[in-house]
Amino acid sequence: MTAQASADPVSDIVIDVEGLTKSFGGPPVVKNLTMQVHKGLIYGFLGPNGSGKTTTLRMLCGLLTPDSGHGTCLGYDIRTQTTDIKRHVGYMTQRFSLYADLSIRENLEFVARIYNLDQPRKAAQDAIVRLGLERRADQLAGDLSGGWKQRLALGACILPQPELLLLDEPTAGVDPKARRDFWDEIHRLAHEGLTVLVSTHYMDEAERCHEITYIAYGEILAHGKVAEVVAEAHLSTYIVTGPQLAELAEELEKRDGVDMVAPFGVELHVSGRDGKKLEAATADLRAKGPQVWTRGEPTLEDVFIDLMSRVPDNSV
Amino acid sequence: MSNGSDIDRRTRGFRASLARLRATFIKEFLQLRRDRLTFATMLFIPLMQLLLFGTAINTNPRHLPTAVLIQDDSSFARSYLAAMRATDYFDISLNATSEADLDHLIRSGQALFGVQIPAHFGRDLIRGDRPEILVIADATDPTATGNAIAALNRITETVFSRELTGPAANLAPKPPPFDLRVHLRYNPGIETRLNIVPGLMGTILTLTMLIFTGLSVTREIERGTMESLLSMPIRPVEIMLGKIAPYLVVGGLQMTLILGAAWLLFGVPIEGSLPLLLALTLLFILANLSVGYTFSTIAKSQLQAMQMSFFYFLPNMLLSGFLFPFKGMPGWAQHVGEFLPLTHYLRIVRGIMLKSATFVDLQFDVLALALFTLAAMALAVARFRQTLD
Repeated sequence: MTAQASADPVSDIVIDVEGLTKSFGGPPVVKNLTMQVHKGLIYGFLGPNGSGKTTTLRMLCGLLTPDSGHGTCLGYDIRTQTTDIKRHVGYMTQRFSLYADLSIRENLEFVARIYNLDQPRKAAQDAIVRLGLERRADQLAGDLSGGWKQRLALGACILPQPELLLLDEPTAGVDPKARRDFWDEIHRLAHEGLTVLVSTHYMDEAERCHEITYIAYGEILAHGKVAEVVAEAHLSTYIVTGPQLAELAEELEKRDGVDMVAPFGVELHVSGRDGKKLEAATADLRAKGPQVWTRGEPTLEDVFIDLMSRVPDNSV
Repeated sequence: MSNGSDIDRRTRGFRASLARLRATFIKEFLQLRRDRLTFATMLFIPLMQLLLFGTAINTNPRHLPTAVLIQDDSSFARSYLAAMRATDYFDISLNATSEADLDHLIRSGQALFGVQIPAHFGRDLIRGDRPEILVIADATDPTATGNAIAALNRITETVFSRELTGPAANLAPKPPPFDLRVHLRYNPGIETRLNIVPGLMGTILTLTMLIFTGLSVTREIERGTMESLLSMPIRPVEIMLGKIAPYLVVGGLQMTLILGAAWLLFGVPIEGSLPLLLALTLLFILANLSVGYTFSTIAKSQLQAMQMSFFYFLPNMLLSGFLFPFKGMPGWAQHVGEFLPLTHYLRIVRGIMLKSATFVDLQFDVLALALFTLAAMALAVARFRQTLD
């Protein structure tokens, strides 16, 4: 039932959509979105709140019907073959959406039974062992801490052995250790051949993705490997250290040629899209001191904040 | 060959569908079991309601407070009051001192009846002047006074049979030239509980079943679990049946409790077939669960679902024949009533318990219940939002 309809064998494209648009009565939340995701990759989906990440993920797994546009997910049509998509895609929702009044074991057994796994009890038990949840297996899911909830949710997602994982801000509100463990697990899964599309706010997580897409106000603003995205932004950046950075930042923001000023701890990142203009605009301050100016590489965050500032916020 | 594999594939599909239905059933049952307070409430509230209403409601009340204003001193007046007392409907407990006082006693609600026997009543009667006895009834509630007045009419013929002998014998009423035989079948004692207790079974099941499933879909939406559920390969009809099935079991338990109480505590007989009654009660439970589920697919929140349930419950109470005679309603109201499951169930439950009705007697109502259930389920499946659009 699964084999004959599966993806085109010569291609390794898992998600292939074109021109997806979706609105909920108001202005479109997702505008004319086109993207391709290759098999076995971890694909990061970045963007500010309300940029359309969740809506896109929901359209990909059949929970929302696009207003226009078309495409396939695992070779199945995202409009007409949603049942097949659901059988092979694991979707982890942003908000914890397993049953809080069921235990971990009961939740996993429920999922195993819905997907009609051969031995649901055994499948659930195996998942419990893999997740390291043996001691908590009979605890109610609602009583777990944020990190364990997220771990359980991931476990439930991969239980039916999907080919594609859609993770919607899986690590929001989770402590750094749990986040790191989570990402190690995702890399392990990708290594086993699973494709992962993950939305996130965290730059360190974006840097752990093979490819990233930056989306704001429903449109893709940048796409590619992390280094490519940074390079394509053509940002020139100075890193400034020293005293009175706050006053300096205030002064710099008024100047033409300085597109972005962002404090990073004891450093100040000063960036401009035009390197020459940035040099000219800051020449006197660099000569005067007392701060120390060095030429630096822009970070991914610099790039994204700059991308954001270029697009007028027409969603408001 | 292709035909064979087609059947094979369909069988496998059906098995998988049953497995998903079972998964939902187990999940719902676990959730139900975990919620102990609700579980206990489900079983004991209906029982308490039955006890409370079953003993409290009486549509044939007796011993009603009656005030008298006696201005005549003859034995006729005394005989008349004695005959009134003997009907059991009147409790002559108040003596009015004047007509104004009598009016006041009735207007203030202290008495439901006022009886005035005028001066010289006995003398005028013997003279053949046809004197009048005035009975004032507080008819604001017709149910309360109706049977009492009927009883009063019956005593008129016989009340003075002792006094109207000898020379006055010609004043005694003559018997009519024929005999009227009235058989009060199925409930010869006109006992309200025989009518009300089976009816209560229907109303209690309606309310509890509606509430159980009325919340089932909206709860998943409000808790956010619907998003996960919808992202899994499960069909609306599987979700519906899986969610309804556990409550069919709970409904069965309620039914057993209520029936047991009706029989043991209220002495309501089960004249007809018990298996038939159980089977048709389960059908009625299913009908109500389907309605509740339909509401929960339409409602946007648990509050809305509750409101819909109550709007639906009221006509069920009032137009089904539970409290007021179905045949006494105007035609259009009876037509509305025919669309309510409780109407048909009342005929079924009263029919089997009191009148030993058989399946053949009840086939129209069974068909109506079955059609109603199917229609509600079809609507629920059609209304179920499979996406978050």
